[in-house]
Amino acid sequence: MTTDQHQGFNLKSEAKRVLRGSSGGRLQQKSNPVDKAKPEYDVIVIGSGLAGMTGANVMATQGYRVCLLEQHYNYGGLATWFKRPGGHVFDISLHGFPVGMVKSMRRYWSKEIADSIVQLESIKFHNPQFSFETQFTREDYTNKVVNAFKLDRAHVERFYDHLRQMEYYNNDGTTTGEMLERFFPGRNDVHRAFMEPITYANGSTLHEPAITYGIVFSNFMSKGVFTFSGGTDQLIMRMRKIMAANGVDMFSGAQVEKINVEKGRVNGVRVNGRDIKAPVVLSNANIKGTVLKLAGPENFKPDFIEKTRAIRLSGSSCQVYMGIKQGQEIPFITDLLFCSEADHFTSEELCDMHTKSRTFSFYYPKTRPHLPNAGYTIVSSNNAKWEDWAGLDETEYEREKNALIERTVAHLEKFIPDIRGKLDHVEASTPRTFNFYAAHNEGASFGTKFEGLEVSQGLCEQVPGLFHAGSVGIIMSGWLGTVNYGVITANKMAEYLHVAKA
Amino acid sequence: MTDDQIKQAIIAIINDINPDEDTSNIDPAVRLREQLDLDSMDFLDIVMELRKRYGVHVPDTDYMELASLDSCVNYLRDKMAGKVLA
Repeated sequence: MTTDQHQGFNLKSEAKRVLRGSSGGRLQQKSNPVDKAKPEYDVIVIGSGLAGMTGANVMATQGYRVCLLEQHYNYGGLATWFKRPGGHVFDISLHGFPVGMVKSMRRYWSKEIADSIVQLESIKFHNPQFSFETQFTREDYTNKVVNAFKLDRAHVERFYDHLRQMEYYNNDGTTTGEMLERFFPGRNDVHRAFMEPITYANGSTLHEPAITYGIVFSNFMSKGVFTFSGGTDQLIMRMRKIMAANGVDMFSGAQVEKINVEKGRVNGVRVNGRDIKAPVVLSNANIKGTVLKLAGPENFKPDFIEKTRAIRLSGSSCQVYMGIKQGQEIPFITDLLFCSEADHFTSEELCDMHTKSRTFSFYYPKTRPHLPNAGYTIVSSNNAKWEDWAGLDETEYEREKNALIERTVAHLEKFIPDIRGKLDHVEASTPRTFNFYAAHNEGASFGTKFEGLEVSQGLCEQVPGLFHAGSVGIIMSGWLGTVNYGVITANKMAEYLHVAKA
Repeated sequence: MTDDQIKQAIIAIINDINPDEDTSNIDPAVRLREQLDLDSMDFLDIVMELRKRYGVHVPDTDYMELASLDSCVNYLRDKMAGKVLA
C-alpha cells in the first residue's frame, strides 16, 4: 500500500506561478497562461466549479463575451477526479444527485450530458440501529422506513408534505433536530435514517434551520439518486467542449489576485499579474474570500463586512481512495453505503475526528463504460472539521492519516472480507488536502451555513457588477444546487448588463 | 405584437424548455403552475428566454406577473409592442 502522494506540502506557501495541483504543487509555470486572454470581456468568472462553469456557459449562450479563470491546472472545482498508477481513476464527489440534474443538464449544457445520467441501483444503510437497502425513491424509501421503524405511513407522508412546502425565505428559527423530534419524538433511529444521508451530502447538522433540510431532502425524496455514467472526467471534458463552442475563453493555472473596483463599480480582475477588464465579475470562489480578500473590505459597508466575517463554513471531509488490482473483481454490494458502528446518532459523532460513521461509494466498471479496462475503485467519505487537522505537525498528520486509512479498510472488511488483499492503491485526503488543491478556506467541502446565502446574493448591491455563485447556504450546495445557482446568478448578471446598456 | 402572438411566444418558450409538456389546452385565465409541471427554475428560463429572444427585461419583483397566460399578456403588451414573433 502506498499512502498520500502529496504529503509534506507547506500549508503557508503561496509561491507565485506554480501550477496548483501539479505533483505537490511544485511545478513551475513556464509561461503565463493568461497571456492569450483578451484585454476586455463582458463577464469574468473566477473559479471553474459547477456554478462557475454553468454561469459562464449560460452567459455565453446569451451572447456575452466570457472569460473563465481557474487557479488549478484542471477544471471542475470539487467536481473532479485524479489518476494513479495501476489504471485507477478516483472521483472526488460523484456520489449521487437528485433527478432534477437531468433537466438542468439538458437546459444549460446539452442533451448528450443529460442522457448520460443514470439512476443508482442500490443504496444501503447499515448501523447498530437498522439495516436496509433502498432505491431512495419516495415510494421505496417510504416502504422501507415504515417497515423498519413500524411507522404510520400517513404520518410519514405528512412529514414529507411539511418538508415540501418549505421556502427559503420562510425561516421561522426551527432547527432540523426540533422538527424531527416533533414528528418522530424520541426516535433516534428514525432521525438517523432521515438525517445521516443529508449530513454526508452537505455537511449540515441537526442544528441548522429546518428549511435547509426541507428543501434538500425534498429534492432527493423523489425519483431516486442519480450519477453520471462516464465519470467526472468525461463530464468536465464535455462541458469544456460546450463552453469552447459557445466562445468562452478558458484559462487554468490562472490565480486571481484581486477583483478591481473603480469608483465603486467592478472594473475587472488582476490575474497572474495582469489586469483584464470587465463590467461584471462572477466569483465562484469561497464567499468569504471573495469579499474579504479578492474585492477587499474597503469596498463594502461595515455591517456587510461584519455579516461576511460571521459566516460559518459548513465543514469539511476526509476521504479514503481505494483502487482494486487490475484483473481482480469485487461483488456488487451496493452503489452507495451509509454505515456506522456508533450505537446512536448524533451530529457530533458524525463530524468527530475519529468518527465510526462513513460512506462508501463503489465504482464498478459500469461507471466508465467507455473504457475497455475500467476497474473497480471505492471512495470512502466522512465528515471532518478543519480545526482537528489544521494544527497537526507532519508526524502527527501522517499518523492520523494512516489511522484513518486503517479504520476505513477495517470497516470495509465487514462487507468485503477479502478486500485487503485486493487493494493495490490506498491514499487519504483530509481538510488540509481540500484547502491545498481547491484553495478553499478551512478546506471547506460543503460551502457555507445558511447565513452565507444572504451575503452571496447581496454582493451586487454593495459593489455593482460583483456577483457570486457557489456552494452557499446549504440549499445551494451539492451538484444540483450549485448548477442551478449558477443559472440564477447568470440571470441576474444578464439583467444587470441589460439595464446598464439601456 | 398582438395579444395572441404574445401567448404564442410564451407557449413556444415553454415548449422549448419543457418538450414533454402538453401545451395544446392551456386555459389562459388559470395559473400556469396549476396546469403544467413548472418549477421556479422553469420560470427563470422563461424570463431568460424573453430577454434573449425579444430583449424584454423582467425584474425579479415582477415574476408573479407571469403567473398565467392572461397576466403575461397584460404585463408584456407594452414591452412587446413593435416586436416580431421569433
